[in-house]
Amino acid sequence: MKEPPALLQVSGLRKSFASPDGGRKLIIDVAGFSLAMGEHLALRGESGSGKTTFLNLISGILAPDSGSILLDGADMAALGEHRRDMLRGSKVGYIFQTFNLLQGYTCLENVMLGMTFGTRPDRTQALALLGRVGLSQRLDHYPRQLSSGQQQRVAVARALAKRPRLVLADEPTGNLDRRNAGEALALIRETCLETGAALLLVSHDPGVLGAFRSVRDFAELNLVLREAGS
Amino acid sequence: MTLALIVRRSLRQHALSTTITALSIALAGGLLMSVWVVKEQSQRTFTQVNTGFDAVLGARGSKLQLVLNAIFHLEASPGNLPASDYEYVRRHPAVKLAIPIAVGDNLRGYRIVGTIPEFFTGVEYAPGRRFALSKGRLFDPSAKEAVIGSFAARRLGLSVGDTFHPFHGLVYDERNQHAETYVVTGILAPSNTPADKVVWIPIHGLQTMSDHDPRAATDVSAVLIQLRSPSAGFMLDIMYNKQGNRLTFAYPIGAIMAELFQKIGWFDRVLSLVAYLVAAVSAAGVLVAIYNSMASRRRDIAILRALGAGRLFIFSAIVLEATAIGAIGMVAAFAAYAGIVSTVAVVIQAQTGVLLETFAYSPVMLWAPLGMTALCGACGLLPAWKAYRTDVAENLSPIS
Repeated sequence: MKEPPALLQVSGLRKSFASPDGGRKLIIDVAGFSLAMGEHLALRGESGSGKTTFLNLISGILAPDSGSILLDGADMAALGEHRRDMLRGSKVGYIFQTFNLLQGYTCLENVMLGMTFGTRPDRTQALALLGRVGLSQRLDHYPRQLSSGQQQRVAVARALAKRPRLVLADEPTGNLDRRNAGEALALIRETCLETGAALLLVSHDPGVLGAFRSVRDFAELNLVLREAGS
Repeated sequence: MTLALIVRRSLRQHALSTTITALSIALAGGLLMSVWVVKEQSQRTFTQVNTGFDAVLGARGSKLQLVLNAIFHLEASPGNLPASDYEYVRRHPAVKLAIPIAVGDNLRGYRIVGTIPEFFTGVEYAPGRRFALSKGRLFDPSAKEAVIGSFAARRLGLSVGDTFHPFHGLVYDERNQHAETYVVTGILAPSNTPADKVVWIPIHGLQTMSDHDPRAATDVSAVLIQLRSPSAGFMLDIMYNKQGNRLTFAYPIGAIMAELFQKIGWFDRVLSLVAYLVAAVSAAGVLVAIYNSMASRRRDIAILRALGAGRLFIFSAIVLEATAIGAIGMVAAFAAYAGIVSTVAVVIQAQTGVLLETFAYSPVMLWAPLGMTALCGACGLLPAWKAYRTDVAENLSPIS
């Protein structure tokens, strides 16, 4: 059977940060990584292992020291910051552990903002998604008026509102209780399936990882961790 | 659209600092416009107010003092001139009209000026405008009757039929009451000239008031003159001021008042400088308010960046927010302006009788709001630069 084409291809990716001693500390060293279109993959990794940095590199929030990140044919690593912002705005949906909703904006506005940069805002689409995550009655509510589970559902709707090709989820259930975590995870996976978006989720929670058929260890992927472990 | 929404929400999220900063801009902008308009209006008005006369003839002394005393009813009279001088100038072929006035008494602080009925009937105090009575009639020149200026009548609470005793001197002292009793026969309609704050009586009455020097019973304090032509003014100027040494011929009145404003020009400049400084400080308040709130904004900025907003978008949002605070403040500044100039106008009218046209259009009403708004926008550049440099990854905590 023919494999689906790769949506994301990472090669020779390295990222270091300035260390207190004045030198530079290498955090990410990924020789190769790929994600097919529509694929759902979970990355297992401990806290502080560099998972968030890896996602930030893929999303173009951070620029790598070297390597390439081919996302839907565009090399994120080779683009200037403005182009990276645009690519992220149009192709990447990001779900955070702490939801990162804008507190001064209603649910609907948060979702609309999710599709503002890089694509055209579509109120109908935003309303449909909020309905899909069960928040039709909370359109004008502010994040502080919602439970944690509801906030994460708004964040899911926001990430998917622009119909991204890739959804990055960084410990999306880390701040939720077991019941809400299960619901949020199911929602993320279902909505990604419905929209055809690829999902790359990082977590250290066995309950979350158990829901994925494809799970990879970030420690094996990131040579920095592999060498530190050997 | 998104930019507008983000600015609107940010203003709302920081409502308290937005309100305080906008209020300080409103006060500063209102003050700036007020200083400008009052300066402009008072210069224009006081150099144009001549109550219909071209020149003033008085005792030897300062021309400015003479004009202030005879036209604006301020300052003390530089002295009297004999009736013969009045008669001479009245008959001079270059003079179209000569109205004598005599001063030296007051009614509870409001000046009593003696004159002849022609002051009210024969003169246009402004083009096409003559003094009119809102109530009653003019005084009989041979009777103890008075016509009260509208402002003075209101302040003194006098109406037609009321009586009063004049007080000696220009400053009210209840011990200096004259014995004569005057009856109010008319109230002048408002003219917005110094005549509004004067109690007018027949000149003969003032000249012969009890306790006044009987030797000066025919003297006048000044003669208000209408000339037949401008060249006549220069001729009389040479005659009285250069060739003579007893009298002063103040001509042209507007130029003499303009000299006053030139003399106090430094005060205008200081006042303007203070207003500019207040405006600059209040605009700097925008910088401080936004800059101080950057810590609480970083997370929102990082989230917007993570959603795909570029640095330039964030930069623009902050500059636009600063500009919006400036614009809101300057809209409110018109209310502050209205309050300030109305108060100043009342004070000026109480002191001089002249009513400034405070709500007439002035270019400052255009350039001050635009300038202040632009200045506030410029003050947003520093916090915008800080926002521009916000580290997205660092502010999207926690990191796993």
